Amino acid sequence: MAIVKTKVDAVIVGAGWTGAILAKELTDHGLNVVCLERGPDRDTQPDFAYPRVVDELEGSVHRRYLQALAQETVTIRHGVNDTAVPYRQMGSFKPGTGVGGAGSHWSGAHFRPLPEDFLLRSNMEQRFGKKLLPENMSIQDFPITYDELEPSLDHFEYVCGTSGKAGVINGQVQEGGNPFEGSRKREYPLPPNPNYLGSEWFYKAAKEMGYHAYPIPASNASRAYINPYGCQMGPCNACGFCSDYGCLNYSKASPNANVWPVVRGRKNFEMRTHAQVLKVNLADDKKTATGVTYLDAQGRETEQPADLVLLCAFSLYNVHLMLVSGIGTPYDPVTKTGTIGKNYSYQNLNRVVMYFDETVQANPFIGIGGAGATFDDLNGKQNDPTKSGFVGGGIVWARQPGAGPVRGIPTPPGVPNWGSAWKKSVKEVFRHQFYYEVQGSCMSYDDAYLSLDPTYKDAFGRPLLRMTFDWHDNEIKASQFLVGKAQEMCKVLNPLAMKGDAKKDGQHYDVTQYQSTHTCGGAIMGKDPKTSALNKYLQSWDVSNVFAPGANAFPQNNGYNPTGLVGGLAYWCAKAIREQYLSNPGPLVQA
Amino acid sequence: MSDDKQSPSRRRLIKSLVFVPMGVGAAGALHGGLQTAGAAATAAPEGKPNPYTPTFFNADEWRFLNAAVDRLIPHDEHGPGAIELGVPEFIDRHMKTPYAHGSIWYMSGPWLDAPPEFGYQGKLPLCDILRVGMKNFDNHCAQQFNGKKFADLDKGQQEAMLKEAEGNKLKFPDISGKIFFANLLAETRNGYFADPGHGGNKGMGSWKMIGYPGMRADYLDWVEVRDRAYPIPPVDLAGNRG
Repeated sequence: MAIVKTKVDAVIVGAGWTGAILAKELTDHGLNVVCLERGPDRDTQPDFAYPRVVDELEGSVHRRYLQALAQETVTIRHGVNDTAVPYRQMGSFKPGTGVGGAGSHWSGAHFRPLPEDFLLRSNMEQRFGKKLLPENMSIQDFPITYDELEPSLDHFEYVCGTSGKAGVINGQVQEGGNPFEGSRKREYPLPPNPNYLGSEWFYKAAKEMGYHAYPIPASNASRAYINPYGCQMGPCNACGFCSDYGCLNYSKASPNANVWPVVRGRKNFEMRTHAQVLKVNLADDKKTATGVTYLDAQGRETEQPADLVLLCAFSLYNVHLMLVSGIGTPYDPVTKTGTIGKNYSYQNLNRVVMYFDETVQANPFIGIGGAGATFDDLNGKQNDPTKSGFVGGGIVWARQPGAGPVRGIPTPPGVPNWGSAWKKSVKEVFRHQFYYEVQGSCMSYDDAYLSLDPTYKDAFGRPLLRMTFDWHDNEIKASQFLVGKAQEMCKVLNPLAMKGDAKKDGQHYDVTQYQSTHTCGGAIMGKDPKTSALNKYLQSWDVSNVFAPGANAFPQNNGYNPTGLVGGLAYWCAKAIREQYLSNPGPLVQA
Repeated sequence: MSDDKQSPSRRRLIKSLVFVPMGVGAAGALHGGLQTAGAAATAAPEGKPNPYTPTFFNADEWRFLNAAVDRLIPHDEHGPGAIELGVPEFIDRHMKTPYAHGSIWYMSGPWLDAPPEFGYQGKLPLCDILRVGMKNFDNHCAQQFNGKKFADLDKGQQEAMLKEAEGNKLKFPDISGKIFFANLLAETRNGYFADPGHGGNKGMGSWKMIGYPGMRADYLDWVEVRDRAYPIPPVDLAGNRG
């Protein structure tokens, strides 16, 4: 018989960014909150302490801070008629686990979406007519606007100590920032980080090409900082261990360093780690959740009753929980009905590596996760699909989160993978190369979705989440167009050699190569319960006391990293719960 | 060695290295027909015996491993090879970790064939990929070269066989030659470049060769320096300085 815990006001599934934000906001409001985290507890001390944290073998090969796929993973197939096979070893994307989740091992790139990103379908149809969009492209508008979300995006940046340069404040363009961005109310909390060589040269090349380069907003503190919660950050020391690693220095914003310290220890809060949530429990009518069932640290089935269930797991696992719990109707790609699993999208990442002679001190072992330079001249409404050939947009950036030799030393074209010639090359190029990346949007399609796998099960007996995804022509054209622009820009810098990787016509999605952890969609927010899983407050249309803030809510992925928007949506969701839901529980938007 | 002038650490390395003609050191010992694993099989370049005795690999596997990593990262004028940096020791130790036994891989069936872009879909964990692959590779060599195993071949033949495996041209009964090769190469690089505390990269030899400062993890004072090479030699996780 299951253990039944005392009922709480809210149970949170997952202790990453959204879980931490919801826990802070709701305990502020006096609610009793329990957070269930499947992984271990983690904090800067002792888990991210130097020197052990910077062990490349354990961090980037054993993936000590990331999710092990042994217990839970997804299956992947390219088309709706294919048989999916498990994502057995981590490659393409890297979900986190443990307290902090992916928010502890991200790099710190902290973008806001562009205003036009929220209204993508409307903008495209108004500007170019309905015929422009391929019939199977299922992109939708977000049900909120940039202006509505601005205060939440702003607050998240101040919680994170984001280091950047505003481009537009109260409608006034600012020198040195991004002139294409949405208007903000104030400057970033901290100035930009210093430029390593690759980003310094990026400004030169961008200027030559006529692009408007600006510092990437980075939640890697450029100065000592105390956030609005009283959490302290130290200036980033450029250690070179951001992606895959927890921050040894209280410099990279994370739930662990920036939010949890003020929530832990509150009398109305409890963190339970090694607590694997199995399902959301629903009342008989399936319109209300009664709590969740989980396995505690001793493997005992335990029920946590709650008035509110907040799904704050990684985007994929939020969708998985909704599907295994019977929340809403699963999406069917044939009839195009149902909403849970609909509009899965990814990110279109491509890289160009440049090699120089020994006089160019690129020092790729130096790293400041999110810092560097980029431009938006090919993103958002600056991209005209009738000229570029694709819908969406992207950014080219110079970013150097830090590289060590175990993570791989890229070698110029024609160099073999081993032997003396390889050795000679890695020795010559290691300190004298850097890369620019193209990070592009990814549209959503009728045939890209998430569902339950009919065959494979996780360690708890549940069907694995099945991902049906492949590159579409639009994204391949985007890759070719944007990488072409990046290569033109790189040529200005006159490297000895260059290696680029635009996608080829007909190229399939390859799960073995790291691309980006920016998996999006599957339980999207929208205006219509027939075409979205969540309303504008991230509330389930079907089960009104379930909220699912996260990148699962994006109807498609824009050209940026998702974390800024994810944090903003979490604050937006918390505000709606505090100011609207609690006084009058039930649907916040009438269907 | 165009950048020696900029790297004091590298200058020191070059001066201190004793270059041993190929075939006399490690490879020579291997060709000597030793049948037992252990000390004599991996003579260090200075001629000192390598005291490491494998506990995961058996004698045949150890011979294969030593011969193969010596081809993948040979000792040459560019810097130390895999043998002198203890890569076989690293791999032997690494095979006993939970990681090598598949602790973070999803290892449940059914096991289906899938195109390579879906990743490894076999049921063997890393340690068995290497072990099974070595046996298959040795058997294949024995068929092709009158009973000679991989370690018995001359260097040119070994390199040719490894290239064929890399290009997926060797058909083994129990495992894909390409997957075996990819994992062997990845483990060899891991052992060559990982922190010496894991058993390879002795004396931080690979870090000194490429100019990697190791685990210093503090470069704020160097981010904006453009006119000089980073001057400080490496440090490892145990605090040793290279």
